Amino acid sequence: MIADGAEDEEKWLAAGAAAFKQNAFYMQRAIDSNNLKDALKYSAQMLSELRTSKLSPHKYYDLYMRAFDELRKLEIFFMEETRRGCSVIELYELVQHAGNILPRLYLLCTAGSVYIKTKEAPAKEILKDLVEMCRGIQHPLRGLFLRSYLAQISRDKLPDIGSEYEGDADTVTDAVEFVLLNFTEMNKLWVRMQHQGPARDKERREKERGELRDLVGKNLHVLSQLEGVDLDMYRDTVLPRVLEQIVNCRDEIAQYYLIDCIIQVFPDEYHLQTLDVLLGACPQLQPSVDIMTVLSRLMERLSNYAALNAEVLPYFLQVEAFSKLNNAIGKVIEAQEDMPILSAVTLYSSLLKFTLHVHPDRLDYADQVLGSCVKQLSGKGKINDTRATREIVSLLSAPLEKYNDVVIALKLTNYPLVVEYLDNETKRIMATVIIRSIMKNNTLITTAEKVEALLELIKGLINDLDEPQGLEVDEDDFEEEQNSVARLVHMLYNDDTEEMFKIISILKKHFLTGGPKRLKFTIPPLVVSTLKLIRRLPVEGDNPFGKEASVTATKIFQFLNQIIEALPNVPSPDLAFRLYLQCAEAANKCDEEPIAYEFFTQAYILYEEEISDSKAQVTALQLIIGTLQRMHVFGVENRDTLTHKATGYSAKLLKKPDQCRAVYACSHLFWLEDHETIQDGDRVLLCLKRALKIANSAQQMGSNGQGSAGSVTLFIEILNKYLYFYEKGIPQITVESVESLIQLIKNEESMPSDPYAESLFASTLQFMEFQKQKGGAIGDRYEEIKV
Amino acid sequence: MNFLLGAFKPACNISITFTDGKNRKQVPIKKDNGQILMNPLFQSQETIAGKIHIDSYQGKKVEHNGVKVELLGQIEMYFDRGNFYDFTSLVRELDVPGEIYERKTYPFEFSSVEMPYETYNGVNVRLRYVLKVTVTRGYAGSIVEYQDFVVRNYVPPPPINNSIKMEVGIEDCLHIEFEYNKSKYHLKDVILGKIYFLLVRIKIKNMDLEIRRRESTGAGANTHVETETLAKFELMDGAPVRGESIPVRVFLTPYDLTPTHTNINNKFSVKYYLNLVLVDEEDRRYFKQQEITLYRLKEETS
Repeated sequence: MIADGAEDEEKWLAAGAAAFKQNAFYMQRAIDSNNLKDALKYSAQMLSELRTSKLSPHKYYDLYMRAFDELRKLEIFFMEETRRGCSVIELYELVQHAGNILPRLYLLCTAGSVYIKTKEAPAKEILKDLVEMCRGIQHPLRGLFLRSYLAQISRDKLPDIGSEYEGDADTVTDAVEFVLLNFTEMNKLWVRMQHQGPARDKERREKERGELRDLVGKNLHVLSQLEGVDLDMYRDTVLPRVLEQIVNCRDEIAQYYLIDCIIQVFPDEYHLQTLDVLLGACPQLQPSVDIMTVLSRLMERLSNYAALNAEVLPYFLQVEAFSKLNNAIGKVIEAQEDMPILSAVTLYSSLLKFTLHVHPDRLDYADQVLGSCVKQLSGKGKINDTRATREIVSLLSAPLEKYNDVVIALKLTNYPLVVEYLDNETKRIMATVIIRSIMKNNTLITTAEKVEALLELIKGLINDLDEPQGLEVDEDDFEEEQNSVARLVHMLYNDDTEEMFKIISILKKHFLTGGPKRLKFTIPPLVVSTLKLIRRLPVEGDNPFGKEASVTATKIFQFLNQIIEALPNVPSPDLAFRLYLQCAEAANKCDEEPIAYEFFTQAYILYEEEISDSKAQVTALQLIIGTLQRMHVFGVENRDTLTHKATGYSAKLLKKPDQCRAVYACSHLFWLEDHETIQDGDRVLLCLKRALKIANSAQQMGSNGQGSAGSVTLFIEILNKYLYFYEKGIPQITVESVESLIQLIKNEESMPSDPYAESLFASTLQFMEFQKQKGGAIGDRYEEIKV
Repeated sequence: MNFLLGAFKPACNISITFTDGKNRKQVPIKKDNGQILMNPLFQSQETIAGKIHIDSYQGKKVEHNGVKVELLGQIEMYFDRGNFYDFTSLVRELDVPGEIYERKTYPFEFSSVEMPYETYNGVNVRLRYVLKVTVTRGYAGSIVEYQDFVVRNYVPPPPINNSIKMEVGIEDCLHIEFEYNKSKYHLKDVILGKIYFLLVRIKIKNMDLEIRRRESTGAGANTHVETETLAKFELMDGAPVRGESIPVRVFLTPYDLTPTHTNINNKFSVKYYLNLVLVDEEDRRYFKQQEITLYRLKEETS
């Protein structure tokens, strides 16, 4: 059906074009023989082809362009005729004898063009006559093309300032008047297209109208190019008249296109100075007009204008561009009741971008925008429209992008209120955006207040929102998000310890309510951050001001304790365990024995109660031993208790090799090089011996079972420990014991070979050799060992 | 050969020339056979004078019972063709009975002739002026020669010339108001006006202004009316909406118009009408006819 239609149209166009060509040919012949009468006759016949109703705008345009070319020739001919003495007035009358109106008016315009050129009558009179006479064409398509022809031929003949047609009687006012009139009539025709024909063709009609819109818009373009249209003229005549037409036509397509056209064709400076007029028209447009795009473009233009010409900024302030825009948007939204939330948000988003560009120093403006946006959103509940939420995200991201500093965004009081209206999913996205911005710009957030505000903003990441049936967040995403929160913690920093402590307290408050899933991500950075703080604390008693510092290490340790306590419930005892040890170490540094002891106790309890996996136990135990080894704060008693416990744990490990290793590791607990008090050679030896025993039994079990390559390794490892302590000069570790151990290993070596053990042993021997070579005290000691 | 030809020819050749024939304006007149001839133009109260030449062939003697010239104003009805009604008849005797041997010239003059009616060529009626020269002979039959001439009468512009303004319409369907700037137009005039659409509920395709001539002949029961459309001038293309006003500008020059004639000698009348026609998309026609008076204004002779 449609294909047929298109085919038919092709046929009609072809037929029309053929008839057109023929008459154009006769016309040309008449012109060549200077026969005015025939030229008129054939040109009228030729133009009659334009009377068709069968063609779509596109095809009609084809025909129109042919006519346009032919009429150029005719115009030249008319011009020659007048030089030959034919009165132009007569000519002007003669063309009006044509019986059909459409050819008549095309000819009249052509003759009129010549008439103006001869300057035998004021241009304004002729133009006025032409534009009036064109009223005879009420058919939208034909009328639009005719008037567009009129606009075209008159373009260079308008009595503009500086034009040769300007005179006493002809002023630019007349030129403007003419173009405005033609514009008005064209727009009427264009709008009328919408209402003619059956309703089912609506879509096609709208498409056709789209094709024709430039014909109408051309007039505005002509106006914008008139020299004489200065700001005053624009403000007093052009803009009000054009807007009146736009508002009154009550047509969605026209209003949208034409407003946009105004914005695009006239200079920014004019817009700035007439902002209230232009904006005043916006609420009067049809509700269906996509005003948001229009206004967005306007604001975009203005902000570009401001960006490129710094010197115009004072004007922006002078005309209060911002408040006008803000008001206008408010009114538009008010006027268009069923405006989708998306449009409203887009508008505010553009406005925000505008104000950020134009008035980067006026944060209050940005805040106002957000405030209006909040007002708009209130009562609408959470937003479900995904596009709208996306727009809100972009709205909220704008200040971040602009200032590259989240601190400024935090100053916007309405910012979090807007965030409130997002659904949880988007809140999370928004929070990620914020954090990313912080990370990217390395923004330090230095006051507790700001931290509080920031946390409020990124609540989506910190808390489980009341979202009972919410979408399950992807595990990876969740981790990603929480990791970013963790990173964020390090950006919250203040040199002042008191302030820092406040920050940390706030973080704690928020994190602890964040639900078990998050704690394991959020607590560690918090603890680390706190520990950093502790390290920066002035050493107690070293307070130069003698003032009681409100933040004491003790207080912070208590605080830490509270944080970490949360973790085992999560459950992630592992983490808590490590953190306790960390804290203990920190306490050690601060010489806080009871606190360190307390932390250790906590760690031990966790070890006993929560860490049941044997592998985990091994690791945990290694940590304990490592940490404990470094602790110097403990008194003998406490240390004994703890070391004893640790050795106890070691012996209780499940697998023999693990036991063995743990036990020999324990040996280090009894010998701290720098601390005279903790040098107990007997117990070192005891540990090593026990380790040997366990290794032995492991070997036996191994030989019963599936062969034990591992046990040799154990011996070698123990040998290394022996060597270590031997080197340190512990009297209890004798040359003999080392030698016998080496011998033992050598015997074992003959057993099934184990490449790892072999290489380990080899390198151990090598080490011994190396130490020997070194000479000195250590070399001497090694010298004693006979291999 | 010449002799033979001469046998069937009239015995003499009559030609009529007007005194100022060379300078006088000639206007085209369509003859019965469709031929267009140029004829001299006169107006009422003019003196019609000239010379009549009579040549006899080869010096043949032409006997006659007298020579006269008549000025006739005639009305010819086409249903009664060949039968002329003379409303004006003036006679000048040019010669007493006698003989013509050679070329003979008679001057003649009708001074200040009253010619109230204009020459008119209509569908059913013709009004003409003619000079008729008769060489009266006895049994051999009179020799007659005609010379047509055209009369046009000029009138001053009417003192009262109101515009035509009227609102017409079909209820709830179409209401228009139209205005023509005058009710009386001269033949080279321009009709200016506008059509204002007050209500449009029909889909109009186009609007034309027709100029119609209504020629009525005869009287009483025998009245015969013939209407012809002389011009069809498209005023508007497409469907207007309420509030549109469409300009009217029609030049009358290109059309073959005559002045309005009212009851010429009780024989015929010629009236002119402007007919405004609106055609809708179903090709239905809505029209309103208005009489206008046409008159002949003396052309500027600058």
